[in-house]
Order: sequence, then structure tokens, then C-alpha cells
Amino acid sequence: MSKRIDISDLDIYYGDFRAVEGVTMTIEPRAVTALIGPSGCGKSTFIRSLNRMHEVVPGARVEGKVVIDGQDLYGPDVDPVDVRRQIGMVFQRPNPFPTMSIYENVAAGMRLNNGRVKKGKLDDLVERSLRGANLWTEVEDRLNRPGSGLSGGQQQRLCIARAIAIEPQVLLMDEPCSALDPISTLAIEDLIATLKEQYTIVIVTHNMQQAARVSDRTGFFTIDGPGRPGRLIEMDDTSRIFSNPTEKATEDYISGRFG
Amino acid sequence: MSSTARHTTDEPAPSLEDMPLVHRPLPRWAPYASVGVAAVIAAGVLAVLGFGPVRFVLLTLVLFAVTLYAASRTVEGGRKATDRLVTIVVAAAFAVAMLPLVSLLWTVIENGIARFDAELFTSDMRGVVGPGGGVLHAIVGTGLITGAATIVSVPVGLMCAVYLVEYRRGRLAKAVTFLVDVMTGIPSVVAGLFAYVLFVLFFGPGVRLGIAGSLALSVLMIPVVIRSAEEMLKLVPNELREAAYALGVPKWRTVVKVVLPTAAAGIATGITLAIARVIGETAPLLLVAGFTSTTNWDLTDGRMMTLPVFAYYSYTQPGFPPEAGQQRAWAAALVLIIIVMGLNLSARVIARFFSPKTGR
Repeated sequence: MSKRIDISDLDIYYGDFRAVEGVTMTIEPRAVTALIGPSGCGKSTFIRSLNRMHEVVPGARVEGKVVIDGQDLYGPDVDPVDVRRQIGMVFQRPNPFPTMSIYENVAAGMRLNNGRVKKGKLDDLVERSLRGANLWTEVEDRLNRPGSGLSGGQQQRLCIARAIAIEPQVLLMDEPCSALDPISTLAIEDLIATLKEQYTIVIVTHNMQQAARVSDRTGFFTIDGPGRPGRLIEMDDTSRIFSNPTEKATEDYISGRFG
Repeated sequence: MSSTARHTTDEPAPSLEDMPLVHRPLPRWAPYASVGVAAVIAAGVLAVLGFGPVRFVLLTLVLFAVTLYAASRTVEGGRKATDRLVTIVVAAAFAVAMLPLVSLLWTVIENGIARFDAELFTSDMRGVVGPGGGVLHAIVGTGLITGAATIVSVPVGLMCAVYLVEYRRGRLAKAVTFLVDVMTGIPSVVAGLFAYVLFVLFFGPGVRLGIAGSLALSVLMIPVVIRSAEEMLKLVPNELREAAYALGVPKWRTVVKVVLPTAAAGIATGITLAIARVIGETAPLLLVAGFTSTTNWDLTDGRMMTLPVFAYYSYTQPGFPPEAGQQRAWAAALVLIIIVMGLNLSARVIARFFSPKTGR
């Protein structure tokens, strides 16, 4: 259920503007990889390129290789829709579908992709996903109410339930807690700790304590100046990055002397 | 910080007595009193100059604004006085805007009520020369022609809007937007001529068909549907599209299952208002659907009467005695207005029905 991702020499463009340059890294399976760095350094752009969400923006393109279990995501015959079924994503702001109930939101991936699914099977899937996202006990008596009636933290966990309902190999999280209060953040961090037993998780975060708490490995991105591309400076075990980084830039950022 | 620094240098900091938070307001009855004063003065002035209701209202209004402004300015100060003056101006502008609407409704109801009876809805004009007769044939014609126009316009307009918002690419999309803008401004008689010429190509000169009327109305309706649907689709947050893509949902399913349902309320309202917009068209239907005195249920067979055309003919060629025809014309106009109002009301109901539930 989890895969290793090898990224080599990845350049990411918006039209002619190169937003991220020359990223080479390996994302380990069944582990949490955190990406940190100052605003505008291309973390979000990078994470979106891992499930081909980057190209949804007009004019956006990617050069280089992203290989998951021997298959290049940007190979000529690869269907981005199939990629996204394998690599799920949770966004910065909770975005449940407003026209759907809680139940339908969780079932959305399955229903929209496969059309007809047996009711019993779908019920199981919804319950399993909501339990997986630590939300089941809070919503089990109101599954048919709209998802937009939940609190922000609950909505974000609903979105995580929706993402894991399609049973992806990898789960990408783009600042999943930045719109949430500390209690909801804690709930999501606990959830990440359980999810990593099954999934490969990549999380972008601005909160360095969060990166230190939840991740096994950490990558530090930075940018030399406005209009310059973002680069991966250093990637290592989280404990090492936060105690004894190799690069001066990383140390400066972590100790708050920069950014 | 800078403001305290400035105060300490040149002038003493203003104490609370210099800047009171409580102002003495005008008493509550002041506006009514000034209306009364204004009315009395206006009546006095007009007693000299000659009385007229319109003059009286206008003069009262002006005097009311002046007296209240002056009173407020002396008691309450400049800002409150301006507030009161602008309130009066805005309210007056609203009243001016409502005036034609109310007057129109009043006139139509007053004149149309005489023949607003059961016979109006149950009989057509076949063999009717003098009094009696009804608009059944026109109601049927308006219903069928507008219905057919809606069936054509909604899919075309909706799909075009989906293209413009979800699939737009470069020049083609710009050209389509431009053409839609141009089409919105087409005079309705041109749409009628277009439909007439098109049908003449197939059926020869002098052709009059209900379906040709539908085509003319579609030409007018499609740009309205495109515009309103486009605006509604643009309001759907991009995050919802991305959420669906990230679940591995193909783009077309995202549009059908996520984007369109989210925008459904606005789109339904837009369609209803587009129908209301074309249902009263006269010129194109006069050209291509013609007029008749019998009920015709077949869009593809011969002339078809419609409510606007009926009102036009009954009023310009009322027959003998002319009162009967003119009353029928007013009654037809009343029916048309009721239909349009019903459409507008149903647009609100539809919007409430479709709109995303918040669940709070």
C-alpha cells in the first residue's frame, strides 16, 4: 500500500518562469517526509508536481523524472488521472464538496470514478475511511448532513477521509494544518502518525515544530531572491536536520536567523 | 505614537470635554415635523401659483430636504446632516424608479381585469367578431414556442458556458466571448428576420411556423443563458475542482458532478430569467409565427398566436365594437405579466431549492 518515490533533476515551470530547479530526492515508503522552507520557495509547487496537479494551472510544466516503483509519472503514455488515483492529496484549506453530505463526500472518489458501487460495500468504505481519519465518532449520527456544516478541523479530517477512501499509495499534504487551531492540529498530527503505518506521506509545513514532531525525514527548500527558482538545499533524517544540519542555510533557517 | 508626539509639541492634547462622544440628536419626530412644515409651506406657495399634485409632491420633497438638512446641521453637525440629506436623495431615487413599474402594473390590472374571466382562458378567437372570445390559443402558442426555445437554448448555452469557463483555450474562447457579447445586443427584430430567411430557404416565401418563432427566440435567449451560466460557473471555487482532480476524477466528471451541481442554483435562476426575458418578445414572432384566431398545438404546422402578438393585434385592430378587442388586449397583457412574475418567483424558489446547504 505504499511506494517509494525517486525524484531526479526536477525543474518545474510556470510558463517561462522556472519556479523550482534541480530537485533530486528520495521519498521513503511508510514514512513521513516533511518539506520546510520560507514562503515562495516552491514547496507547494513541488508537492503538486508529485501527483501531476501542477499542470492543472495553464502553462505549467515539468522537466525531469519522478519515478514511483519503476514507473515515470511524466512518461509519455501516463494518464494524469491514473496518477492521481494512486497519489492522493490534502489541501491547505479544507474543501469538502458543498453540494454533498458527509457520506457522499467520503464516497465521492469511489462514486465519481467507478460509477456504481454496491451500497453495503460503500457503507463499509465510508466507515473505514472516517475511522481512519479519526472522525467517525463525531459524525456517525449525521452522515447525511452537509459536510460544510462541520468545524474547520473536522472538515479537514473529512478531506483526509475522502483522500484515503480511494486507497492511494501516497498521501500528499500541502500545509494541512495552517488553517486550523492547535487542538485540531494535534488531532491531525496524531492521525498522520497512524496513517504512516500504511501510507507514504509527504507534508509541506511552515511550522517547524510540526515538521520535527511528525516527520521521519525533512527536506529544506529555499530561494536565493525574488524571481529566482527555489532549490532543495538539504534533505536528511529529521533529527539530524534539526540538531546538526550540514548546510549553513538550513541552520540559519531553523534557528530563526533567516526567513 | 506619532499623533501623541505631535500633540505634545504644538498644542495641548484634547481632553474628553473637547471631543464629546455623545452628541445631541434631533428628536425622533423631527423628520415628520419637517415633512409637515414642508407640506404646509408648499400648499401655501401653490395656493398662490396654482395647485397640482405633482408640483405639490416635488415642492414638498425639496422643502423637506432643505429644512431637515438645515435643522440637522445646526443641531447635529455636518456629518449627520449629510447623512440625512443623502438618505432623502436615495429614497427619492428609489421612488422615482418604482413609479413607472407601479404605474404600469396598475394600468394593466385596471384595464385587464374587465376581461380577466374564465372565458378568457377557455376559448380562442375562432369566429369571434365582437365581445367574448379568449386568449387560449395565444397562451398555448406562447407556451409551446417559448418552451421549444428553452429546450434548444439551455443545452447550447450551458455547454458553451462550460467551454468558456472550464475548457477555454486562447483565441477561440476570446472570439466566442466577443460573439456572445455581440449577440446579446442583437435587436429582436433582426433575430426574427434571421429565422424568417432561414425558413424561407426550406419552405419558400411567406412561411409562418411556430418552430420558426422558437428559433428566433433561441437566438435571443442563448447569449443570455451563456452569460449568466458563465458568471455562475466562475463563482465555483477552484479548490473544489482541484479536490476532485486530486481524487483521480477525470475533468469531464468533475464538471458534471462537482462544478455544475455547485452552480446549479445560479444557473437555474439565470435560465428562468432568460425565459422571462424572451417570453414578451413581439417583433420576431410577428414576423415568423404570424397570427391566427384558432388554437394550434403543432409547432411545425402553420401559424401560431402568441400573447404579445395577440395584445398587439387586438389593440391595433380591435374589430367592432372596438372596446371588446381593446379589453382583450389588456387582459392578454395582464396574463403575460402574471406569467413573467410567476417565472421570477419560481426562479427564487429554484435557487433556494438547489443552493448548497450549509447544515448549520
